Formats: sequence, structure tokens, C-alpha cells
Amino acid sequence: MSEIRNSQVNLPPKPIPPVPEPEATGQLAHDSEIRKFLQSRGNSAVADRGFHGLMVLCALSIFGIVVLIATELVLRSNLAWHAFGFKFFFQSETDSYTHLPLFWDPVNGHFSALPFIYGTLVSSFLALLMAVPLAVGVAIFLTEMCPKALRGILAFLTELLAAIPSIIYGVWAVAVLVPLMREYVNPYLSKYLGWSGFFGDDNPTGLGFTSAGIILAIMILPIISSLTREVMLAVPHSQREAVLALGATRWEMIRMGVLRNARIGIVGAIILGLGRALGETMAVTMVIGNTPEIHRSILSNGSSMAAVIANEYAEAVTDLHRSALTEIGLALFIVTIVVNAAARLLVWAVTRGTPARAN
Amino acid sequence: MKAEDHAMRSGIRGFTDRAVTFLAIAATLVVIAPLMAIFAYLVYKGASSLNLDFFTQIPKPPGEAGGGMANAIVGSAVLLALASVIGVPIGIGGGIFLAEFGRGTKLANAIRFTADVLNGVPSIVMGVATYALIVSPHVSWLPFVGHFSAFAGGVALGIMMIPTITRTTEEMLLMVPHAVREAALGLGVPNWRSVMSITLKTASPGIITGCMLAFSRVAGETAPLIFTVLGNSFWSTSLDRPIAALPLQIYVFALSPYDDWHRLAWAGSLVLIVLIVLSVSLVRYVTSRGVLKGNS
Repeated sequence: MSEIRNSQVNLPPKPIPPVPEPEATGQLAHDSEIRKFLQSRGNSAVADRGFHGLMVLCALSIFGIVVLIATELVLRSNLAWHAFGFKFFFQSETDSYTHLPLFWDPVNGHFSALPFIYGTLVSSFLALLMAVPLAVGVAIFLTEMCPKALRGILAFLTELLAAIPSIIYGVWAVAVLVPLMREYVNPYLSKYLGWSGFFGDDNPTGLGFTSAGIILAIMILPIISSLTREVMLAVPHSQREAVLALGATRWEMIRMGVLRNARIGIVGAIILGLGRALGETMAVTMVIGNTPEIHRSILSNGSSMAAVIANEYAEAVTDLHRSALTEIGLALFIVTIVVNAAARLLVWAVTRGTPARAN
Repeated sequence: MKAEDHAMRSGIRGFTDRAVTFLAIAATLVVIAPLMAIFAYLVYKGASSLNLDFFTQIPKPPGEAGGGMANAIVGSAVLLALASVIGVPIGIGGGIFLAEFGRGTKLANAIRFTADVLNGVPSIVMGVATYALIVSPHVSWLPFVGHFSAFAGGVALGIMMIPTITRTTEEMLLMVPHAVREAALGLGVPNWRSVMSITLKTASPGIITGCMLAFSRVAGETAPLIFTVLGNSFWSTSLDRPIAALPLQIYVFALSPYDDWHRLAWAGSLVLIVLIVLSVSLVRYVTSRGVLKGNS
């Protein structure tokens, strides 16, 4: 295939074979389509090369975009980097009056990303805790148990769940989830689990890490489950048949034949879900409470890296403030790139041996 | 091993098997439940506040009943048109390179990988980068640069469309049988012509739905718009000025304390979700029907 193409690109234009004069053959000049075509063919080598170059340019622009984003973020966060250095990510100053830790005070120029990193990690961790078992369960059901007629519908529904924009989850969470948490779930949790210190009862709003974690879990579920399904489908059928032939039950077949072979890919899917959770903005901003504080209780208000950017960037008070926000954005960019790259490599390691998906 | 031991063990195994089956079904139900809840609630809330005014009026000041989001719908249309002008050609071009020219090369693998990674970059980071690139520099001789503008938002959304379109275009082109290309080349058609009018045309339903998917995805994006287009509550179609956008307006209205604005937010959410359900269904329909006849 490629040889055909290369030879075509590289050959000099062929000399046009002599065509008998129209008068001699009795034909009219205008119906010599082949002749016209062959004459126009002379410059196709140039056109081909130009087209090739254009397509390469389009493809390279993807590299360009990543590099451009990175340089812009680095340049714009320079100010905060020079002011705080690495301490930006784990310092905490103490307020001289209240003796409470002071993290984020745009008016007096104190900036530390610590509470936002904490909030992002806690909400994402809660989301994974809830989403992973459910997602793997859904993937198992869809690949190994589901009747064929139902499979298409369920796959479509999970696809739909993945396509709903963040803002709509946010609107729904504010109207339904937060009151639900405020009235029923949070009082219950702090009553029965309050002794552990993780479920304090000092936040009457219903906002906070738990609400953010739940909405994040709903949002990352479809990603994890569809990728898990993909890697489970990539496990060869002979593996399943071999385990079944040894007398295993269906669950034993899934555990030994499927999950064991697909585990690297499943880890990849989970990491990809984590990457999505870390950068999720709108829904989290609407329910996390947006206070730059660190609390042990997961029912209390907090903020996340994406949320603080969304809230404060447009109205940043000083250049230093904006630069600090950009530095948080840069950190988010680097973390999500690393997380996504790792996840892609893991999923790729499992699925690359299999033929292209039959769809 | 004694016989009853064996019987008990197989009893436990059978029980575990049934328990796992039950758990898997339960997990699926738990996952489908919020989707149903969100849908039912949106339709219930949105349908009651959706009327002609929503599509023809601009928002009223708080306290006054009625009003609509016409300016936000127009604003979103302007932004999405600009985003498509940027994202679709570059995205399709990248896909053509991956599928037709670079198949199997290191460069293509690297680009495919970068596209996947770019897809995972949070939209808020795109917003910050666009702000840094277009909104904040003060270069007087460049148009659109140096202030909040619809142009900046369109660029941010366009960039976000590129990786999705590149990857779907590639996937769709890979499904076109080799015989089709060979037939075209065998007739002496130049390569660029064969790609543009044979391969691309064969795969065009798939590519168009891929573009639709990318389109509907950025249609709901809010984060990159907050500090690029800023939003406003008036009619504006100028690329050089702040503009209203549907998701942004929903965000502002949903967090406001006014009931009338809440109703508008619900109606806007319903409009967005209808757009998304339509495009996802279309994609599903096209890919499941096997548009590429003779797919080998």
C-alpha cells in the first residue's frame, strides 16, 4: 500500500503518450477526457506534497497547543513563584491575632495552595471510593452477565451520563443533592460516626467535601466503567473458557480469568477517572463551599484548586493574586498531564494486543 | 477432602457467585438511578419554565417576572461557530495525518498520545491559558487582544474540540477498507484527491457525528468561559466584546437568590441537555448502524 503511494509521489510526471490527432481518428477534441486528465496530472506531485505538509501541520498543532499552554502558564505564574517558591504548596502562616492558620488572604498578599490541594485530594479520594466499586460492578455486569438486548441500552445510558455537562450536574446538586445532604444524610452521619472526628456537625449548609465527592463520583463513573469494560472485552475468550472448563463458577471465571488479566487496564481506567476528578470545576465549585480552610471533618466546607480559580480569577485583586491562581492552574495542568499519561500507558498496555474494536 | 466438606465448599462457591451477580446488578441500578433522577427532575423543572419568552427575551432584572435567555443562546451560537471554525479543520486534518500518512510511525503515536492527554487537561486550565494568551496581553495592533471578548472564549472552546475530532476522525478513517483507497489510486487519482473525495467521503457520516459530539461537549463547557467571555445581559454579537453564553448564564442564575432566575436556569439546563441527548443518540445511531458499508 505505502509502496504504491510513495512511488506515485516520487515519480516525475510521466510524459504524455502521443495521442493521434483528432482529425485523424475522426474524434472531436473535447471528448478526450483521458488526455485532459493526464495533462492535469503533471502537478499532482506538488499538490500531494503540499497536502501532506498541511496535514502534518494540523497534527503538529496539537503539540503546539500543549507547549503554548505550558509556556503561558509558566510565564504568568512567575511572580508567585518568585515570591513564595516551593513553599507555596505546603506553607501555612499563622494569623497574628487569632493564632489560626492563614492560607489565602488576597488583601494582605498571603497565598498558599495548601487548602486547595487538600480539598482537591479529599474530594477526589471520596469520589474514587464511591465510584470504583460501582464502576467495576457495572463493567462486570455489562461484559459478563447482561442480556444482549439490554447491553446496548445500558451502554447508551452510561455514554449519556458521560456527556452531560458539568454545569448541569452542578445545578442538580445545588437543587437536590445539597438539601438532601443537609436534611438527612449529614445529621445521620455526624450522629452515628461523629466520634471518629471525620464527620463533624458544625456545618449546617449541606455543602462541603462529601457533597462534592458524591457529585464527582457520579461524574467519573461512566468514564471508569466504560474503560474497564473496554479492557475486560480485550481479555481473550480462551481465558474465560479455560477457567470455566476447570469447573469454576461464573464469579471465579471473572475473578481468575478476566479481572486478573485486565487488572493493569482497570488501574489505568481508575487513574483516568482520578484525572477527571482532579480537574473537574463547575459542579465542585457549586457544592464544595469555597472556603480556603483545612478541616478534618469531611462534612465541612472547603475549596479545590479548580474551584478557587473559577471563583477568583476574573476578579483577582492584585497581580500577585492572579499569578498565584495561575500557579495553581499550572500545578493542576502538570498533575493532570502526568495522571493522564500514566493512565493511557496502562490502558494501552492491555488493549494494544487486541484487534481494533468491532463496532 | 471429605464429601460433606466438598459439598459445603461448593455451596459457598455457588452462594458467592449468586451474591456477586446480585451486587453487579445492584451496582448497575445504583448508577442508572442518578441519571434517571437528574433527567426526571430537569424535565419536570425545565418544562414548566420553558416558553416562547425563553427563546425571544433577554433576562429581566431581578424581581421582575418573565424574561428569557435569548441573548445567551445567540451568544453560545456565536462562540460555537467560532470554535467550530477553529477546531473542525485542524481536528480533521490531524485525524487524516494519523490515519493516512503517519500510520505506525513514531510521530503519529506521539501525536495520538498527546491528543489523548490534551483531552484530559481540565477545561479551567484551558481558560487560564486563554486568559494569559488573549485577554491579558496589551498589544494594541492585534485585534481582539487585551480585554474580555467573545473571540477569546471561541478560541478556548475551539482548542478543546481539536483532540476529540482528531481521534474520532482517525478511528473513522481506519474503518474505511483498504480496497477503496487502492481502487482510487489504481485509477491514477492523486493521493490528496483520493483522501479528500474518496476516503474522507466514505467516512464522512462518522466524522460528522464525531464533530457533533465534540460540539455538544464544548456547548456545555462553562469553566473556560468565566474569565474569557465574562458574560453580559444584553444583546451582543460582537467578537470584540464580552458576550453571554448559555452555560455561563445558567451558572450565574442557578447561584442567584431569585426564583425567577432559578426558573430560567432550569429551562436553560433542559435546552442544553436536549441538545446533548440528540447528538449522543445521533452518534450512537450512526456508529451502530454501520454507516461504512463494506466495512472489512
